Amino acid sequence: MTRRQMYERHQRRKSTLIATVSTVVAMLCLYVFVPMTPGWDKVQKSFFNWEVLQKTLPKLLDAFVVNIMIFAWSAPAIAVLGLLIALARNAKSPAMFPLRVFGATFTDVFRGVPVVLTVYLIGFGIPGLGLPRPWNSPYLWGSVALILTYAAYVAEIFRSGIDSVHHSQRAAALSLGLSEGQVMRDVILPQAIRNVVPSQMNMLIALQKDVSLLSFIGPVEIFRQAGVFKSLLANFTPYVGAAIIFLVITIPATRYADYLMARQMRERR
Amino acid sequence: MTAKLSLRNVTKYFGDTAVCNGIDLDVHDGELVCLIGASGGGKSTLLRCINLLEPIEDGEILLDGQDISTPGIDPQSVRARIGMVFQSYNLFPHMTALDNAMLAPKRVLGKSKQAIQPEVEHLFDAFGLADRMHQYPDQLSGGQQQRVAIVRALAMQPEVMLFDEITSALDPQLVGEVLDVLLTLKSRGMTMVLATHEMGFARQAADKVCFLQGGKILEEGPPKAIFEHPQEPATRAFLARALK
Repeated sequence: MTRRQMYERHQRRKSTLIATVSTVVAMLCLYVFVPMTPGWDKVQKSFFNWEVLQKTLPKLLDAFVVNIMIFAWSAPAIAVLGLLIALARNAKSPAMFPLRVFGATFTDVFRGVPVVLTVYLIGFGIPGLGLPRPWNSPYLWGSVALILTYAAYVAEIFRSGIDSVHHSQRAAALSLGLSEGQVMRDVILPQAIRNVVPSQMNMLIALQKDVSLLSFIGPVEIFRQAGVFKSLLANFTPYVGAAIIFLVITIPATRYADYLMARQMRERR
Repeated sequence: MTAKLSLRNVTKYFGDTAVCNGIDLDVHDGELVCLIGASGGGKSTLLRCINLLEPIEDGEILLDGQDISTPGIDPQSVRARIGMVFQSYNLFPHMTALDNAMLAPKRVLGKSKQAIQPEVEHLFDAFGLADRMHQYPDQLSGGQQQRVAIVRALAMQPEVMLFDEITSALDPQLVGEVLDVLLTLKSRGMTMVLATHEMGFARQAADKVCFLQGGKILEEGPPKAIFEHPQEPATRAFLARALK
């Protein structure tokens, strides 16, 4: 073992020891001091009640299927609409001017309004027109509200991806005789989309959580179902159960997005 | 004999600066014309103008006697006849070398993959790249990438090839393999315009050498005349620095 390696091993051991000690101390503090708070007994009973959790978890999982369904049909629609808006904002020919204005207005409006408000306005407003079934469904219009909001964000990410492709790629493609449309489709977009996959993963995670906002206009998804149990059992544990179910999905997804991001950073270098 | 490619008083401004300031140039069929001069002299811009990547302010560009610089002309049809290779290769990183070369023939000429593939594979073969065709650009050396870029342009069967300082980004030991490709093309009768800093190559291979400075061709002639008896003081000064 070289002198350098011995020194590095010593350093590694030292930092592992420090990390272990500080973690143990922090856990001990939590374990000792939190139960000393005056309300701890009550909080424990109403938020961390094992029996309530066991009783409600299966029903919560059933309700979570609704979240997954809404997510599953909204996500592809968001990807398509977002890409179309990004392309509209990028269109160069004068005939496309109205499209460009529409794209800019769209992103300004739907990024500027809180998601809850959009869900309320579209979810209550459009069924209020007195449309016949199934066109008055809150599932439908709630999803539309999510699609419009998220498409605005996703479009901006696609646009930054398009801008991130070096202009020399465009020059090279044009010099071969390709048309503007072919350059976009065959050369720019494939690279642009690859560049923004990690960012779009983060949008998917955010969408997964925001599906719960639809509970405000009717659909009984997991947050709403947890609320029903809370009123029924006078206990907050179902909310904790719902949070756990979300975490089981979002933590691996977030880690995966981080992994993609890190890999991309390595490739750039 | 009319020239294959003719520039008449070509003028190009970037803002108030004249990058091309009234350039006249004739390139005949099968000729290799080298543009030399310091960076910023207008060589690259001139090539980009010929390929209609930059619109020109004044003058005209004739290909086979037809004015291709008329505002409003369909640039695609012109670019399909003129190949261009860039300093930074600009291969499409998400495609294999073969797909890079087949994209334009498929899209622009409307050929089927089956029809074009043997032809393009033959080109890869001819330039010593047969074992590289299925690799992606980031798996190739700079010299290989630049040769693929040349093959990609050749796959469109252009009538004229433009080369914009194609060896400037390469390690010195890789320059030779790219310049050899140019000699092969010349022996096959390709009409070529080459902006270059490789004075040795210009002297050995060019039919005509043009010295550009300040957006003008200050001096042009056969390489022997330019390199051995430059008339203009500016040419002499440039060559003294370049050949040092």
